[in-house]
Amino acid sequence: MEYIIILIAAVFVNNIVLSQFLGICPFLGVSNKVSTSVGMSGAVLFVMTIATLATYLLHEFILVPSGLDYLRTITFILVIASLVQMLEIMLKKVSPPLYQALGVFLPLITTNCAVLGVAILALGLEDASLLKAVFFAIAHSIGFALALIVFASIREQLELANLPKGMQGVPINLLVAGLLSLAFLGFTGLV
Amino acid sequence: MAEKINQKQNFLKGIIKDNPVFVMLLGMCPTLGVTSSAFNGLGMGIATLFVLLMSNIVVSLIKSQIPSKVRIPAFIIIIASFVTIVEMVLEAFIPFLYEQLGIFIPLIVVNCLILGRAEAFASKNTLLSSIIDGIGMGIGFTIALTALGAVREILGNGSIFDLRFVSEDANTFILFILPPGAFIALAYLSLLFNKLTLKSN
Repeated sequence: MEYIIILIAAVFVNNIVLSQFLGICPFLGVSNKVSTSVGMSGAVLFVMTIATLATYLLHEFILVPSGLDYLRTITFILVIASLVQMLEIMLKKVSPPLYQALGVFLPLITTNCAVLGVAILALGLEDASLLKAVFFAIAHSIGFALALIVFASIREQLELANLPKGMQGVPINLLVAGLLSLAFLGFTGLV
Repeated sequence: MAEKINQKQNFLKGIIKDNPVFVMLLGMCPTLGVTSSAFNGLGMGIATLFVLLMSNIVVSLIKSQIPSKVRIPAFIIIIASFVTIVEMVLEAFIPFLYEQLGIFIPLIVVNCLILGRAEAFASKNTLLSSIIDGIGMGIGFTIALTALGAVREILGNGSIFDLRFVSEDANTFILFILPPGAFIALAYLSLLFNKLTLKSN
């Protein structure tokens, strides 16, 4: 039951993009086509889960016992950056089709603040455990995927719209994101 | 003299022509995430300005020592060190702001604005130019965040910098304090910015 609540909270109520504002760069950057946004979502799901697993273990078994908690930011970003590189190399060898699908997005993910953000947020969970932290990461990446894919679908339609000059590009995208966020606000109080 | 004009343009470009938020769309997460009041926007802007300036200085000083293959991890370490400093200073001296900004303080590390300036500017230019670039970009970012925070606070809370100008029980446009308000307010601010810059061109 607890896990279902985490899932609903992460996907709808506290959606990582639309209500916590993490991962806005890929949200605005790679959302002009549904197919690319699906690829990006897959890459985020993959990296976020493994990164949270790694950083949680690092925090629990190395940083806290040795009293180095203040090095959290530096170590986490280093682990995430090297993890992404490693994943890229491994995917290339182990599973070329998966690499074909996710490859281009992997380097972009290092500076996706959603990955670092979720890794840090997972530490603050109530009676946190490794399983819960990993599930938390998966739930948040599903929320990211939902927001990104819905937004990309709307943007594909928007291309046909006839907009005033100043409104094209950034302003209309932000406005659409705002309306989408307003729609997600409707889920408040669900859990 | 030519050098001087160059530096002036270098400074001003971060504020108008290449404004990090309105033109380059860098650092959007903190821009949207912390600007529920003008004070938070200003605080975040200054914290980012500090990290950006220091990382620009250090990157520019040691640019010839960093092998180009590992330059991105090296930049990230430099930035992360200064972010840790900011995190500790804020926690010790301005705990109120530390709590308000929350997770967005450690996330300054992945603010693409800072890494972007280290990669695109500080690693190729002299120390002086990098300092001026850092200050200009930082001020441009701070102005954008403070403006967005002020708009949201005025509409959503009827106050500015915590000074209320409507009565306690007045109905304000609470939507602007909530997440959707961030997107909508920034959409109209960037529309306004586009309009002003298009006109001046």
